[in-house]
Amino acid sequence: MDSMRERFAPVVSRLLDEDPRVAVVLAEIGLAGFEEALRRHPDRVINVGIREQLLIGAGAGLALTGLRPVVHTFASFLVERPFEQIKLDLGHQDVGAVLVSAAASFDWPAGGFTHMSPGDVALLDTLDGWTVHVPGHPDEAETLLRHAVAAHDDKVYVRLSDQSNARPRPVDGSRLRTVREGRAGVVVAVGPLLDPVLAATEGLDVTVLYATTVRPLDPAALRRATDTAGTDVVLVEPYLAGTSTSAVNDALAHLPHRVLGLGVGRRELRRYGGVDEHMRAHGLDARTLRERITGFLGVREEPVREGPVREEPVGEEPGARARV
Amino acid sequence: MTTTAAGHRHMDRYEQEHDSYEALPGLMRLMSGDEKHGPAATSTLDALWVLYDQVLRVDPATADAPGRDRFLLSKGHGPMAYYAVLAAKGFVPAGWLPGFGSYDSPLGHHPDRVLVPGAEIGSGSLGHGLPIAVGTALGLRAQGLDDPHVWVLVGDAELDEGSNHEAIAYAGPAGLDRLHTVVIDNSSASWALPGGIARRFEAAGWSAATVDGRDHEALYAAFTAPHPGRPRVVVARVEPKDA
Repeated sequence: MDSMRERFAPVVSRLLDEDPRVAVVLAEIGLAGFEEALRRHPDRVINVGIREQLLIGAGAGLALTGLRPVVHTFASFLVERPFEQIKLDLGHQDVGAVLVSAAASFDWPAGGFTHMSPGDVALLDTLDGWTVHVPGHPDEAETLLRHAVAAHDDKVYVRLSDQSNARPRPVDGSRLRTVREGRAGVVVAVGPLLDPVLAATEGLDVTVLYATTVRPLDPAALRRATDTAGTDVVLVEPYLAGTSTSAVNDALAHLPHRVLGLGVGRRELRRYGGVDEHMRAHGLDARTLRERITGFLGVREEPVREGPVREEPVGEEPGARARV
Repeated sequence: MTTTAAGHRHMDRYEQEHDSYEALPGLMRLMSGDEKHGPAATSTLDALWVLYDQVLRVDPATADAPGRDRFLLSKGHGPMAYYAVLAAKGFVPAGWLPGFGSYDSPLGHHPDRVLVPGAEIGSGSLGHGLPIAVGTALGLRAQGLDDPHVWVLVGDAELDEGSNHEAIAYAGPAGLDRLHTVVIDNSSASWALPGGIARRFEAAGWSAATVDGRDHEALYAAFTAPHPGRPRVVVARVEPKDA
């Protein structure tokens, strides 16, 4: 199976053929995938060199002339380095773009912290009006890229990761999808963390919702899920733990509820190694997720055995848990 | 940005009395309330006037036309001269000027393109206009709009921002010959570029000229000189900021 990142250039190259509004802006990274598109559309495949402030500024200029820019590089260089350009050149100018990142929170652990961006979605949360897609499979990435480009002049962020679930789910660019139904809590799994969450909740009486669009975070589906599963919600996100806690709180503001935000820890690990090792280090492997989910929700294995088996909450971080 | 019928009426009403260089001090007085203006406000006045009066092919009626010339004010602080010129040319009513900076006024101490008819960008934070102008030139070219020129005005100290260096270094080799930068040089940079501003651009493949920023004929000649295959910078030198 190809990766989301490998899917990006072929999909956007087809969009360049289909839609004369589409332009791609790159800063060297990802250029090889656009060689053929560059020959066909030399004025709409633009490589500005290793210049990330210009990357966003130029994308904004393209949008001001009526084009639909698709702007791509690693998340750290796309969102963090030119953050003021995102805020002002897009937001303040009132124009849109599709920002497409690669490398995610730790797609390349051996590359170290310079190439990790666990804070990208939290940063965009400080701005108004961004749609954020976090696909969990290359097929979903393709669908969501098409949604993003077709979204008129909206500001859309598509977070591509080399981490993926084994199989794709139908995604529509807006709604949460119910993957499993239960009565003892709601677990929201974001993008590539669905498979670990499904493994972690195997045999537990919980509802699992799958989110590939996290901004906005489909408040109606969240509320519906709490009708049968109760108002304890565990968020499992592939970026900073707790990033979407306020979105859940807003959706459930009318109800007493609890939220546990799981995800990537804020503390820098200063470790290289592999993705699996970083998943474990952040408590995102299935075994640790199961401990933390059962601990928070107080749910037991199904079928219920004789005698209470009370599991201890494990590894909760201060501030990741909100009681309202 | 929209051009309203009301805007056209204002144009009719004010054009006769305000559309002249001599009217600009009076328009600026409507904002500042006194005879003196900060150097940041007046350093740009002559370059702006020559551009809007003789060079830019845009007026209130064509302010949304795809084929218009674009003028991007990157140096967004001290925008009184800009507002005065926009009023003189009928983009904004002169009646807006006295409200400058007030809660109900569309005219802030940094311009907002969403609020000011004729303003192509909102600016204030330095170093954003030139990269956006690069993208604007690229976008026009990609749509076969080869006629419009793109102008951006920056300050000499603003060039300290690295984002400008990214744009300068890209636009030259990319041959963006529709792109024009006006640098208002009032010697305000703490660490001036060794060898002068124009050389910095020339090293990146730009066509460059340095002129007296108060001399309208010199400005016009520098603004309209041919520069095939290369972007153009005009450094307009005015009296030092602290003089």
